[in-house]
Amino acid sequence: MSDAAAIPVAQPVPIAIPIREILPWAIFLALIALQMIYFVGAEQGAASVVSGHYVHEFVHDARHLLGFPCH
Amino acid sequence: MVVRDLLTRGLLAGLLAGLLALGVAEVLGEPQVSRAIAVESQLYKQEHKAPEPVIVSRDVQSTAGLATGVLVIGTAFGGLFALAFAFAYGRIGRVGPRGTSLLIAAAGFLAIYLIPFLKYPANPPSIGQATTIDHRTEIYFGVMLISILTTIGAIIVGRWLTPRFGAWNATLIAAGAFVAITTVVFIVMPGLNEVPAGFPATTLWRFRLGSLATQLTLWAAIGLIFGPLTERSAGFRRQQKLEAFR
Repeated sequence: MSDAAAIPVAQPVPIAIPIREILPWAIFLALIALQMIYFVGAEQGAASVVSGHYVHEFVHDARHLLGFPCH
Repeated sequence: MVVRDLLTRGLLAGLLAGLLALGVAEVLGEPQVSRAIAVESQLYKQEHKAPEPVIVSRDVQSTAGLATGVLVIGTAFGGLFALAFAFAYGRIGRVGPRGTSLLIAAAGFLAIYLIPFLKYPANPPSIGQATTIDHRTEIYFGVMLISILTTIGAIIVGRWLTPRFGAWNATLIAAGAFVAITTVVFIVMPGLNEVPAGFPATTLWRFRLGSLATQLTLWAAIGLIFGPLTERSAGFRRQQKLEAFR
């Protein structure tokens, strides 16, 4: 039987990124990304920022197929 | 500045995954959307109701509209994914960049799509009354928020129990708690069924499968693209070396 598979391979230990380095990016991007998700997922449904139905009707199919409630 | 490198790759992975998901949505989803709209028009005719005013044509909705929606969501998820990776990497055990990336994709798919979908599945046009949209939006995003918090909680509890019970048993306990909490949430949250009588069952089933396939493609692709990209990132490797010598 070959022992080739049993030779331990040195795996680099994953090192965590310090929270203080992540936090500013996380706050800023979360705010922007949540707005984008809101516009595709919910705008002009239960709540409306832009008046009318254009945004909702434009992303209509994506909203249905991504599983968000619609109409 | 390693977060910058991760973010770039997350946005890129999200955009590419969005393109793949768009293909799936176009091929598997759109035919069912068209069928559902045909059923709706038929119902309107029978009830002698005026058809809904056309604000955006079907051609635009099923092409540019669908593409914009899916690509924006894909890129936004990709960015959030990169941040989740930045928080999780090196904190969820000895898992490398590719493994961590896949685990986060699985968690994201579960928390953001699959759990809400199991309680309130996606519906094609013509299902869902305009008068209940407020309520439906509240309960859908409500169950999504709960599933996100439960998933994060389960991961933290699993890590916390690992020194005492070992990784295998700790993961099983955390997963069991997740299933138990989710079951209770499903029972407590209000039920919802607005499928009109006579709506074709196969159209509904295929639409829901198409929706599931679209989101599964999106998450799987983000997870599979982001890992190798990050593993090769010079900035990421430099950071790992620097921190190792601290």
